[in-house]
Amino acid sequence: MLPLELRFERRLETAPWLGPSLPILAIFVALFIGALILWTTGRDPATGYSDIFQAAFTKPGALTATALSATPLVFTGLTAALAFRIGIWNIGGDGQLMIGALAAATSGVALGHLGAWISIPAMIVAGAAGGALWGLIPAYFRARSGTSEVLTTLMLNYLAPLLLGYLIFSSKSWWRDLTSPGAKVFPQAKTIPFDTFWPVWGADIAIPFGFVLGIFMAVLMQIVLRTTKYGFEVLVTADSPLAGNYAGIRTKRVFITVFLLSAALAGIGGASQIGDFTYRLEPRTLQFAAYGYTGIAVAALARYNPIAVVVAAFFIGGLVNANLSLQGPELPLGLLGVIQGLILLFVAASEISARYRVVARYKSRPPIQ
Amino acid sequence: MLGVISCMKTGRKSELPNAELALEDPEVRLRNSALAARGITKAFPGVVANDRVDFEVLKGEVHALLGENGSGKTTLCKILTGFHQPDEGQIYANGKPTRFPTPASAFEAGIFMVHQNFSLVGPLSVAENVVLGWTQTRNWRFDKRKVEEQVFAAAKKFDMSIDPRATVSTLSVGEKQKVELLKALYRGAKTLILDEPTTVLTPQEAKQLFASLRRMAEEGEAVIFISHKLDEVSEVCDHVSVLNQGRPAGMANLREQRVDAQSLAKLMVGRDIHLRRKETTGLKPDAGIVLEIRNLNSVDSNGSAKLKNISLTVREGEILGIAGIAGNGQRAFAEAIAGLHLYGGGEIRVKGAALSSGNVRRSIEAGVAYVPQDRLGTGLAPGMTISENISLKSYRSVTHSVGPILRKKAIRDDTCRLLAEFDIKGQESSLVRQLSGGNAQKVLLARELTSDPNLIVVATPTRGLDVSATETVRDLLAQAAVRGAAIVLISEDLGEILDLADRIAVICAGEIQGIVDAEGAEIDAIGMMMLGKGSKENDSAAA
Repeated sequence: MLPLELRFERRLETAPWLGPSLPILAIFVALFIGALILWTTGRDPATGYSDIFQAAFTKPGALTATALSATPLVFTGLTAALAFRIGIWNIGGDGQLMIGALAAATSGVALGHLGAWISIPAMIVAGAAGGALWGLIPAYFRARSGTSEVLTTLMLNYLAPLLLGYLIFSSKSWWRDLTSPGAKVFPQAKTIPFDTFWPVWGADIAIPFGFVLGIFMAVLMQIVLRTTKYGFEVLVTADSPLAGNYAGIRTKRVFITVFLLSAALAGIGGASQIGDFTYRLEPRTLQFAAYGYTGIAVAALARYNPIAVVVAAFFIGGLVNANLSLQGPELPLGLLGVIQGLILLFVAASEISARYRVVARYKSRPPIQ
Repeated sequence: MLGVISCMKTGRKSELPNAELALEDPEVRLRNSALAARGITKAFPGVVANDRVDFEVLKGEVHALLGENGSGKTTLCKILTGFHQPDEGQIYANGKPTRFPTPASAFEAGIFMVHQNFSLVGPLSVAENVVLGWTQTRNWRFDKRKVEEQVFAAAKKFDMSIDPRATVSTLSVGEKQKVELLKALYRGAKTLILDEPTTVLTPQEAKQLFASLRRMAEEGEAVIFISHKLDEVSEVCDHVSVLNQGRPAGMANLREQRVDAQSLAKLMVGRDIHLRRKETTGLKPDAGIVLEIRNLNSVDSNGSAKLKNISLTVREGEILGIAGIAGNGQRAFAEAIAGLHLYGGGEIRVKGAALSSGNVRRSIEAGVAYVPQDRLGTGLAPGMTISENISLKSYRSVTHSVGPILRKKAIRDDTCRLLAEFDIKGQESSLVRQLSGGNAQKVLLARELTSDPNLIVVATPTRGLDVSATETVRDLLAQAAVRGAAIVLISEDLGEILDLADRIAVICAGEIQGIVDAEGAEIDAIGMMMLGKGSKENDSAAA
């Protein structure tokens, strides 16, 4: 046995550079282990990574695809970042996004004839309202009887795709397209009118409107938290609800509004899926994408900072995009999933190192008599 | 070097004339010691907790270890009981060099520490608690009767009256402490370390504890008594060692030398402080009534009464002390006034304006400042900056916000002004969590006092603070009273209430047992009322 003793020791102070640099360090460690895996499975890590990087960021059209993949993650990332910050474990971003998409599709189809200037804002508002409505259920039970929102939001995540599936596949509801030729082969939802398709900016690199909206929301969230009375109440309640009550802050109201706002952000993410991407409700696509869960990882990677969420979402969006475009015999989907998982694992683990450090020292030996 | 010599170095020898030189000789003391330390140094990241500390306790001696918070008392005791290893220095047991690599090894050497929070099992009896984990029998059957007799005999030997069959959860705090002491003695402890044992006791219970400690000393036990209450130290201890910032600041033989509380306090802080009743009172004969409480009643969720029919008044410039043992409704009383506690019946008025039950903002608007006992967590948001904590209540006011937007610059400027005014060591942007206890309390007081309150409710404002911070806090409260604020001072430290208050209301089981003038108050009578055994006459002069 080595006469070395390894111990976790609580850091008395966290150096200011440590917080932002840890996730980056974690990503490098994950990439290194990923390289080992690539190497042991008979692939050249250098070409593997350069393929991924090109597919994510540098190939023609790659940035556009990455921005599109990142857009829902910006919103669900903000959902988790806002809620987790105040101790609300809202892991229902997935369901809230789906209901937001349902509400936005409803408004797009119903109000599409009024022109883009009315119907697009209406879709955003409807998406936010739909998400908030799905968040109201767990928020109400948490406030009324202290029901754990982890359970309720998780269960509602299973309920949302069932509801969407019922509306589109299992019933002849208002949302289902019963007329177009394609819909006769396979059931599908009504498509929103062309006028309500969300705008795209740029020629070579097309930036979807939803991505811009996401950046705007992140900046808005940061400004509200830092400069307004409401933001101050949120930050105090997040730090110590007891101190909030003591100072006359209505902390219960703060909890509920934050819960609803966080759910509304996911709902806007759902609206952007309709307006930017699929133009009609696609229950299966939304269900398999699991944007809500990836959003939690994005928020952790960003350390719950709204601006960093955008960057983290872009990074993870790049991986998702590379995943989709590279999958094949050369780079199976599973392998890229492993690398993505490693990154998230190490980022989560690195949070501990912000608060603790590992101390190695020689075991003290009895003095020579 | 020994304490006496370090006294000489700092020129204090004249204050502590050395009567019995033989016993003061370090070598002699070491040889007769039950437990001793020589040159103990222990550093933690960023702080040297013990710096070449010499210390020893003789057999048959009650030895006080005196020092401010953070002076290294706890670290020294943890080294003596094997929780920490010293970086340098040597421990001696019975005059022989030894090591305690683990707490168990110190325990085997007969060293036992009684902590402030007891480690007792509530549903078990006194006797069962005493022998728990120490049943010295191979027999599978637990001979309850025999154990009870043994415990009874041990209690009798040390003059402790306690029923070995009583269930521990039904005992008072003082009795629980006796069980902890019995546990140590039953297990053959030769050296007992008591960490601030009297903070939770009534004056009567403390007297009983002191008697037990003297008995133990007569039986040859060595007792280390950690405290920062100077009067008890001079009452019960034979010797006192003073630590100041990790260094031994001096030692005195209390039996031979006439050492008063003043000179001990001087050793602790290294400068003169005043520990006497305040000379000024803000109370004027024609002062108007600020706080008026009539028939305040409240029940907890189980339906049992928390506050029973409390009626009292406090006038401008008056300090009303609320004395009582912890957990007798003080918290509910303070929170009822602050709007944090929902009360069932009764009326609270501040300057004529009625407060409403459970409405914090109404209380704040009526000019109620509240300094809660739980500073970090309730009174302050520990993870936020000083300036954010300064604006914790005022962020709603026009001075600190315009519409929905905070006036960050105004908040920062006000904070910087308060940092200077209250002599707080910290930056406007430093986190409150990183402040020392005294500085955190000053931030809290700075915020509450600058709101120019009509009424200030303070709960145990100096608990855990060192002597100089305590002095500052008390001065601030006295000044606020002189400026005309009415003050309700809730404290478990009777000495503090006697020092500061104009009148004293004694609370027990949620009921005011009596209100007396602080001038000429009898401690025994107050102590009886704290136990609920006093006369229930309500001083009519109170109204």
